[in-house]
Amino acid sequence: MKRDYTIAIHHLTRVEGHANITITVRDGQLMEARWAVVETPRFFEVMLKGMSAERVPFLTSRICGICSISHALASIRALERAMHILPPAVAEKTRLLAMHGETLQSHALHLFFLAAPDFAGTASILPLMESHPDIVRAGLQLKELGNEISRVTTGRCTHPVSLVVGGLSKAPDKTQLAALQKMIRERKPLLETACAFFRTLAIPDFSRETEFISLANGVSYPSIGGHLVSSDGVERDENDYLLMTNEYTKEFSTSKFTRLSRETSAAGALARFNNSSAFLHPEALKAAESFGLRPVCHNPFMNNIAQLVECVHILEDAELLIDSLLDSELTAVKTPWNPQAGSATGAVEAPRGILYHHMETDSEGRVVRADCIIPTTQNNANIDLDLKAIAEWALEKGKNDREIEKLCEMVVRSYDPCISCSVH
Amino acid sequence: MNQQGLRFEKLKIASFDFTCCEGCQLQLANRESTLADFLRLIDIRNFREISSEQHDDYDIALIEGSISRSDEVERLLAIRRQAKVLVAFGTCACFGGVNSLKNRVSGEAAVSEVYGEIKVETLPVRRISEVVKVDLSIPGCPVAKEEVERIIISLVTGSLVTLPKYPVCVECKAALNTCLFELGEICLGPITRAGCHAVCTTGKTPCLGCRGPAEEINMEAFLHLVKERGLSRSDLQEKLAFYNAFDAFTP
Repeated sequence: MKRDYTIAIHHLTRVEGHANITITVRDGQLMEARWAVVETPRFFEVMLKGMSAERVPFLTSRICGICSISHALASIRALERAMHILPPAVAEKTRLLAMHGETLQSHALHLFFLAAPDFAGTASILPLMESHPDIVRAGLQLKELGNEISRVTTGRCTHPVSLVVGGLSKAPDKTQLAALQKMIRERKPLLETACAFFRTLAIPDFSRETEFISLANGVSYPSIGGHLVSSDGVERDENDYLLMTNEYTKEFSTSKFTRLSRETSAAGALARFNNSSAFLHPEALKAAESFGLRPVCHNPFMNNIAQLVECVHILEDAELLIDSLLDSELTAVKTPWNPQAGSATGAVEAPRGILYHHMETDSEGRVVRADCIIPTTQNNANIDLDLKAIAEWALEKGKNDREIEKLCEMVVRSYDPCISCSVH
Repeated sequence: MNQQGLRFEKLKIASFDFTCCEGCQLQLANRESTLADFLRLIDIRNFREISSEQHDDYDIALIEGSISRSDEVERLLAIRRQAKVLVAFGTCACFGGVNSLKNRVSGEAAVSEVYGEIKVETLPVRRISEVVKVDLSIPGCPVAKEEVERIIISLVTGSLVTLPKYPVCVECKAALNTCLFELGEICLGPITRAGCHAVCTTGKTPCLGCRGPAEEINMEAFLHLVKERGLSRSDLQEKLAFYNAFDAFTP
């Protein structure tokens, strides 16, 4: 077996965006393991300067092609809090439903298109269409359902149309909501198919202790707004996001890094599960139990399973939200507002973890200063240390260079990194 | 591939992304109910986001994003050498897109605002046609999968690829929407190329022109309409600049 080698993965595949992995082994010992994001920066904080509040969500949604609803809603929440605007309750319910749709779409894309091929030993989902047609069909139909929830609630599945400051530009259509409810009930059993498939996959028995950060609100599983909490016991107000992130830069990465109580921390489905599993729907908890997933779990590969568990929760909660919307008057969905100077943070749980937008406005409602801190940015340091830890773990277990390369790719994909988003 | 007695070659296709959000290539995996049929038309040779299998023998290259770094220029030139048909895929590729808003400030100012002391390379944002020859443009932020399917079918069967020449207004009126000008909003629907099924205006938000100018637009009449109704000039400028698609017409 080779004892001296370098694993250099240029532009890792099956992740969103561009990043490289380098692993150097000399005399059977790990010398270096590095996660380097090389994505081209777009400078959204610069683009946002001077933009009118009305236009902001249409710009911020373009930060990400997968979690555009989260970005639109984080900036809307920041602007509404900065300008003291209270959206109508039905708009808030519709927004929550839209978040569920996006999370389901994003998790299904990740679980079936990006992660599953690793466990099945294929290069992509395409060979699985032949070997596991039922599983691929379940994945596609769940992703389509997520997209349909987003379309009915926001007008389009990528880059939402009707999410605006003050509420919604247009209410969802009740006929479409009723059809959506039917589609959810028909497709819910697909999650059992998905869970049965994922239970057959061998999840590496690796863990490294870290700090998990997420939103929490004390009454429900987190989504839009709340307190900032960590599994090490830190709790802060939403506006104190800078104290929670402590962002810093590194020369080799166009994506920044964050830290809290330890050297690294993690955000995402596993963080939400670890901090708020008590608020999951009983069916989702049952699914978690079937995988032996219990808080606090420090195995990064279990983020995949936490995503699956969240899909179960989402569909149960979506049914309740749709029932409630169907019982409500959907006429007044936007609160009229006047621009004013102010500043505030809007935090939401995007599919890949806690997302912060901070907005400062002038008296005309134009953005004076904007700051966006992305979930993947908060995971960069954790990914970097996990790479070192898993390479050492694999070397100790006598794995060869090809096996180590695969494990390193898999651990990174478990975080479902959204790289172009993190280099916004 | 044999379809109703006619033989068609699968298209050898590759998808590449540059300065962008990757939302357009994601649309390729949408419309899940027709995905299996869509995949029968194409042979994916290179598509980093969904597959670890990568080959360089593609004929058609879908280019997503605009260009804002020198390594992107190098990658794009190499793709141009290989591709028989190079497609500007989405608004960023066709016009520069929202990324172009960065060009209002210098590269140094943008870097120091976001990265402080760290040195990060950035060039003024360019659309693909400013760097290499583009054979076909599919606009949209994001692209509409339905339109992409139609164009791919045209390419497979060797028929003429067309985009609607008329403005979004036509599709918006067909959807029986109340005109946003009647609600006191500036909407770029009268000057923007259709093909999106007026998705934004149907959601009661003004068109920001992501599909670029319709053919033979009357910009003068449009500006007159805005002025006549006493609508805000700064609002008009913000909308026209949003996707950088009207730079040739900006007053």
